[in-house]
Amino acid sequence: MYKEKAHINKDIKVISISGLKKAFGDLVVLRGVDLDLYQGENLVVLGRSGTGKSVLIRIIAGLLKQDDGIVKVLGKEVAKTSLKELENLRLKIGFSFQNSALYDSMTVYENLEFPLVRHSKHLTRKEIDYKIEDVLEAVGLSQTIKQMPSQLSGGQRKRIGIARTLILNPSIMLYDEPTAGLDPITCIDINNLINEVQQKYHTSSIIITHDLACAKSTGDRIVMLLDGQFQRQGSFDEVFDTEDERVKLFYDYNFVE
Amino acid sequence: MDDDNKKTNNVVSGRFVISKTIDKLLLELYNIYSFVLRFFKEVFVPPYEFKEIIKQCYETGVRSLPLIALTGFIIGIVFTNQSRPSLAEFGATSWLPALMSIAIVRAMAPLVTALIAAGRVASSIGAEIGSMKVTEQIEAMEVSATHPFKFLVVSRVLATTFMIPALMMFTVFVALMGAYINVHQNELTSFTTFFSQVFEAITFLDAFSSLIKSFVFGFTIGMVGCYKGYNSNKGTEGVGKAANSSVVTAMFLIFIEELLALQIITAIRIA
Repeated sequence: MYKEKAHINKDIKVISISGLKKAFGDLVVLRGVDLDLYQGENLVVLGRSGTGKSVLIRIIAGLLKQDDGIVKVLGKEVAKTSLKELENLRLKIGFSFQNSALYDSMTVYENLEFPLVRHSKHLTRKEIDYKIEDVLEAVGLSQTIKQMPSQLSGGQRKRIGIARTLILNPSIMLYDEPTAGLDPITCIDINNLINEVQQKYHTSSIIITHDLACAKSTGDRIVMLLDGQFQRQGSFDEVFDTEDERVKLFYDYNFVE
Repeated sequence: MDDDNKKTNNVVSGRFVISKTIDKLLLELYNIYSFVLRFFKEVFVPPYEFKEIIKQCYETGVRSLPLIALTGFIIGIVFTNQSRPSLAEFGATSWLPALMSIAIVRAMAPLVTALIAAGRVASSIGAEIGSMKVTEQIEAMEVSATHPFKFLVVSRVLATTFMIPALMMFTVFVALMGAYINVHQNELTSFTTFFSQVFEAITFLDAFSSLIKSFVFGFTIGMVGCYKGYNSNKGTEGVGKAANSSVVTAMFLIFIEELLALQIITAIRIA
């Protein structure tokens, strides 16, 4: 099995999923998924498009409801929490969207200020400014503070999207295709940022991707979603050390659709 | 939410309870009911998005002023001009100020203001919220527990509900000014005479009913724009459809409401 890493605390499961099922009409995407995310761990979920990777993290964040199964985040069952409890839980979850989902009518500053002022009402203007500058520095984009999202490149938008989630100091990060649509150099930057976030903010993360470079660079553990279930699990090399044609095909073509 | 998903899934998967059309219609009615109910649940509960409400009031009210002013003024002039020949046949052109005040205050100002706002504001709200839905911005607000419904829907509906009556009053003023200019040019009526006849002709019920109608029209415009945007389908086509159907639905509902209001006000007058 994959090597134990010092920053991962296997005694604490921050996310625990068992028997998760989800279908949209007659299309079944998740057929009984079991998964644990440990404290401090970067878990990569690999799989082809349409296999339910994004559905998985949307269920974790409470954006979708499962048909069956149990999803526990920080010990609380997401489907059974009240709205207030779900909101409190969401404050501990950072969700980085595939297309960044920046509020395009607001500047970068306002994007970062938006969640902060609504959840940290005790903060003074000076403290808010400091936190925004700090988190922008963490993603290396201090100079963009007054810019509108439309003025940013794809990579910058991803970074600002991550910064917006970090500003609430989440303990769990969910990345939905963090390197999708980016050039290889920017992909490396984003991968490094994911690792830096893990080290600086001590987050536990689930990274949804079909980018093998991203998986190899960021994942402490990798699971592969095939036919609605996790078929392979372990380190990068362990996952791809198989005769399973579906996995080999994925590796050989680095998922060219 | 589970129940909502199951109902939607049934329709999506083709397992219809009654028939496709009726199921969709019932589901849509249920969704509208839930949406309106949610508005009333959230409007009185803090936190209040005062900054956003003021911003939306500016967008809805101030930015609509030029169009409202131009339309109202032209309507005042044109309607006065078109009414003159009929009154002249009976030598009753002196009744023009009274006729205009009744026509403008009772019907034209509320209706014209609401229709212009439906075209300008409802489409803009539908497109804006629709594009936010498509680009996952609303979900981004949800996962950061920042109450997107309150920020986007409540603020906009409140803004339209309070700004449409204000715009209606402005339309009354501008249309009457247009009418006055036309009457003054043709009948040499003085400003004081014109407006004293205007105020003599209208009653409290006229002014009050128009104000209440405008609140209802404003609420409808905001609610329709937000509902269509919030429930737009994925993709840019969905944004266009949300904007378009916001205008069509809002205008349709405004006419229905105008008819209902007419029945109620007439009944009150008779009583």
